[in-house]
Amino acid sequence: MQAWRGLLVALAVSLGVSPAHAQTRLNVVASFSILGDFVKNVGGDRVAVTTLVGPDGDVHVYTPTPADVRKIADAKLLVINGFGLEGWLPRLLQAAGNRASIVTVTSGITPLKAGSDADPHAWQSVANAGKYVANIRDALIAADPPDADFFRQNAQAYLAKLDALDGEVRQALSRIPEGHRRVISTHDAFGYFVARYGIQFIAPVGVSTEAEPSARDIAKIIAQVKAERIPAVFLERIGDPRLMQRISAETGARIGGTLYSDALTGEKGDAPTYIDMVRHNITTLTSALAN
Amino acid sequence: MIYDALIAPFIEFEFMRRALAAVVALSLGAAPIGVFLMLRRMSLVGDAMAHAILPGAAVGFLLSGLNLFAMTAGGLIAGFAVALLAGLVARTTDLKEDASLATFYLASLALGVTIVSVKGTNIDLLHVLFGNILAMDDQTLLVVAFNATLTLIVLAVIYRPLVIESVDPLFLRTVSRAGALAHLTFLALVVVNLVNGFQALGTLLAVGLMILPAGTARFWSRELTGMISIAVASAIISGYAGLVLSFQTRIPSGPAIILVSAGLYVVSILFGNVRGVVRQLFPAPHLEA
Repeated sequence: MQAWRGLLVALAVSLGVSPAHAQTRLNVVASFSILGDFVKNVGGDRVAVTTLVGPDGDVHVYTPTPADVRKIADAKLLVINGFGLEGWLPRLLQAAGNRASIVTVTSGITPLKAGSDADPHAWQSVANAGKYVANIRDALIAADPPDADFFRQNAQAYLAKLDALDGEVRQALSRIPEGHRRVISTHDAFGYFVARYGIQFIAPVGVSTEAEPSARDIAKIIAQVKAERIPAVFLERIGDPRLMQRISAETGARIGGTLYSDALTGEKGDAPTYIDMVRHNITTLTSALAN
Repeated sequence: MIYDALIAPFIEFEFMRRALAAVVALSLGAAPIGVFLMLRRMSLVGDAMAHAILPGAAVGFLLSGLNLFAMTAGGLIAGFAVALLAGLVARTTDLKEDASLATFYLASLALGVTIVSVKGTNIDLLHVLFGNILAMDDQTLLVVAFNATLTLIVLAVIYRPLVIESVDPLFLRTVSRAGALAHLTFLALVVVNLVNGFQALGTLLAVGLMILPAGTARFWSRELTGMISIAVASAIISGYAGLVLSFQTRIPSGPAIILVSAGLYVVSILFGNVRGVVRQLFPAPHLEA
């Protein structure tokens, strides 16, 4: 009997249902790793963040698991990107019997078009990341009014960092000669980056990682790289790297390093946080395009 | 004009030449195997195998991350295990080959998904593992060529017992014990071709160029040598025409090649020499002496 009681207590604690625990930390679920990082920075130790698509995962082709259903059922607040990125979400919400309030962090951002749909990768512009953070701040305050000041302070500090980062990116790119600011990357997740910072990304595949290129697509890219003397080819994190190597071999363009677009890396990777990710990308870009 | 459409793409772009070389090599190895699979009523084995290799690839991924070599090696091992176990069960019990393979591949697939989820990421391993015909690097081309060579040599060695085994296994069992060996060697060959085919070219192409040309060949020849030659020829034609189609129309290359192959198959059903629809409706008059 005693043992049983001990077990039950242990179980309750491990599930996080002890009353003291529930009062201090707000349960927030973010749809993927970059949003999770934003929430952590604004919420600090007052929120417990879990992400559905973790580091290194591909949010486009994600399949939800029962564990995700439980995460959502436990959440007070659900942070999603919107612009059609989380196509798998509506059914998941229904399955989870969702009661959490949902904040769409892209609200207030004018979407770029990718074909007929909105391009979801708005976070690639640091200015948009600032809007993401502001939306998250407001949602956290609404969900947990007593901690409003705490969230405001954190958000302000983080927004200042993002501002500095934005300047850093502009400065780094301004050192590259204008005609040289062109690269090819496997996946056009950088539309917002392009729009804000004036560097041209040419992508062999459509906006989704699922699209398979045709021979004509590849031929066009090769012809274009040759004709316009594009200096560098970039492998993206997710996608068939051999395709890029082929294009590089056939055109003589240099293969740049890895650019991160849709997911952060684990703690030991190049890009464990959003700020690290942007810094890593910009260093990789400038070193491939220099000289 | 015709030169521009049919030949220029291959002269202008190296990746097109490499793709063509790969598809020819694949045809040489996979099409004969497809013919035997068809004779043994195992045409769906390719699709089953695509899933059966998952746990091996997943273990490779767990041990060494996104390393194509480790994942392919793991896939090969898992594929072998499934094929051999299924073959053994089919030979020693009442369960037929297709049913026994289906059970093993389903278990294998479930195991694979479990292993991947233990790692806690949601990378679609099959997506990572499966290649694209347009992305042939030297290493991949060598693998495909090695495969074709190995397949043809081994098929030549086990040809006789394999043929008899496919047509009349009971007879072979009474005169020789080579049947089991030939059968298992053949299964191993199927696995090697499929796994390397997946890795180099993607699932659709690896399985498609194995099965569809064999189906086509069935309508043009009654004897095995003829069937194999026609299967190889039809696979190569599909590969070439599919690449040209993909170059001219923006259809992805894998589906384009398979669509051409399917087109040849439909034409063969209608106009084939051997029990084609038209032939059955309007039989040729018997020659009179």
